[in-house]
Amino acid sequence: MFNFRRLFLILTPYLWLGFFFLIPFVIVLKISLSDYAVSIPPYTPLLDLSAGWEGIKSFVGELDFENFTFLAGDPLYYTAYLSSLKIAAISTFFTLLVAYPIAYGMAQAPDEWRPTLMMLVILPFWTSFLIRVYSWIGILSNEGFLNQTLMWLGIIDTPLVILNTSTAVYIGIVYAYLPFMILPIYSALEKLDGSLIEAAEDLGCSKMSAFWLVTLPLSRPGIIAGCFLVFIPALGEFVIPSILGGTTTLMIGKTLYEEFFSNRDWPVASAVAVVLLLILIIPIILFQRNEQKQREAGQ
Amino acid sequence: MNRRFSWFNATSLTLGFAFLYLPIVILVIYSFNASKLVTVWGGFSTKWYGELFGDQAFLDAAWVTLKVALVSSTAATVLGTMAAYVLMRAGRFAGRTLFSGMIYAPLVMPEVILGLAMLLLFIAIGLDRGVLTIILAHTTFTMCFVSVVVSSRLVTFDKSLEEAALDLGCTPFDAFRSVTLPIIAPAVISGWLLAFTLSLDDLVISQFVAGPSSTTLPMKVFSSVRLGVNPQINALSTILISIVTIGVITASLVSKRQIAQQRADEQAAVRT
Repeated sequence: MFNFRRLFLILTPYLWLGFFFLIPFVIVLKISLSDYAVSIPPYTPLLDLSAGWEGIKSFVGELDFENFTFLAGDPLYYTAYLSSLKIAAISTFFTLLVAYPIAYGMAQAPDEWRPTLMMLVILPFWTSFLIRVYSWIGILSNEGFLNQTLMWLGIIDTPLVILNTSTAVYIGIVYAYLPFMILPIYSALEKLDGSLIEAAEDLGCSKMSAFWLVTLPLSRPGIIAGCFLVFIPALGEFVIPSILGGTTTLMIGKTLYEEFFSNRDWPVASAVAVVLLLILIIPIILFQRNEQKQREAGQ
Repeated sequence: MNRRFSWFNATSLTLGFAFLYLPIVILVIYSFNASKLVTVWGGFSTKWYGELFGDQAFLDAAWVTLKVALVSSTAATVLGTMAAYVLMRAGRFAGRTLFSGMIYAPLVMPEVILGLAMLLLFIAIGLDRGVLTIILAHTTFTMCFVSVVVSSRLVTFDKSLEEAALDLGCTPFDAFRSVTLPIIAPAVISGWLLAFTLSLDDLVISQFVAGPSSTTLPMKVFSSVRLGVNPQINALSTILISIVTIGVITASLVSKRQIAQQRADEQAAVRT
């Protein structure tokens, strides 16, 4: 049965996303295969449809992988990719270390506390990301709150240089993405059947080994989900390294931005974006698989 | 899970929430500092708030941001609800996999890539960068969040209610309007709120697609904080944080009261 309303319902969001999301990626891919030119827009070739088939042929003929070989040849880019991967991985690990005890505490807390605790974790979600990152400048700078406190306590004599280093970026990522790690771990721990831990303890496990042998493995789905939720956005992070990091902190999101706006090299910026997407596809697919498995296990 | 709230749990919660909230508290305190320096407490003062409201550039940026957020979140709610309904109820159609891919991809894609891609589209079609391009870009990425929120509600609700309406002679559109929409309304509203907040908050995508005459508040904040701590930004942050806090607390109190009301109704129904 041909149903006009159904068609309209499907086509409206479909065409919107196709036009504003899919086509832009085709354009990015195309420009990444083009050459840089001093013109507006700064790349060649342009698709000249008025020239008909010949125009398309010459357009396709001029596309090449030059930008990608350039990326592979220039140490700036692959160090930026590697250092993004390293920063994302290390900060994900630290986020886990900070988040787990909090999620565990929340799961152990009395029932009547839970709505409040949940709200306290979610509240930062709704607060501006930019402001939360910015708030660390006043703490980490040389004459900031942290150095003032440490010097007043007599622990250090000269201020620690933290702002504009990679350390500040790590702190920023852990802080900004902490709720993303707490929530999935908490929901895994909350579902955990307490009698399993009792059984382990009855069978002679110490509290510590019951935690390692029962609680931790059963909260693994939450840990995995949380790690992906932190790692994936951290990899392409732009705001945190721009505000808290210095010139020596290379992250690919920032490199892309500068390539586009400062160097105005659109083809290379597009190639950087394409490679970043290719790197991200692996964790994204793994994450989807993990979610799928959880859904199936839940049913 | 069995509850044995120990000292260890209490300590980790205290330290954890201190870590989450201390930076914000310090920021709020320093917004009332008379001295421009972070190092010195110059006494209580609200002069930064005065300066903030006297700064036309900030007011203009705030107005642009609010306009963009209102329009784009409303458009995103309509499109995102449609998309969720298509995903959950429209059955099979050609290109369904691509469709769901396009819904989920923007959720995990770095903002720099989204911004770059949309900017290149606007340049390719010759659309001048300005408020309109920011609205289009924000609508596109926030509609995906709306559709995830709404479809999670559509999954859990009883499909047979819709089917009953259809059996009783409703057209699919009537069934949607009088049965489905009232049930999913809370999810649609939270989707709108999420889209609104994401739009208010967005820096990176706006930075790419905005033109010279359309600066949003986050862009203004970003360009001033790159130079270090700025007491005016502290004042602005305090205002924004208070609005969000009041909003979230009100929302949770309202929903708490609704749940209590519902329970009371249920008990009354059981007794009669």
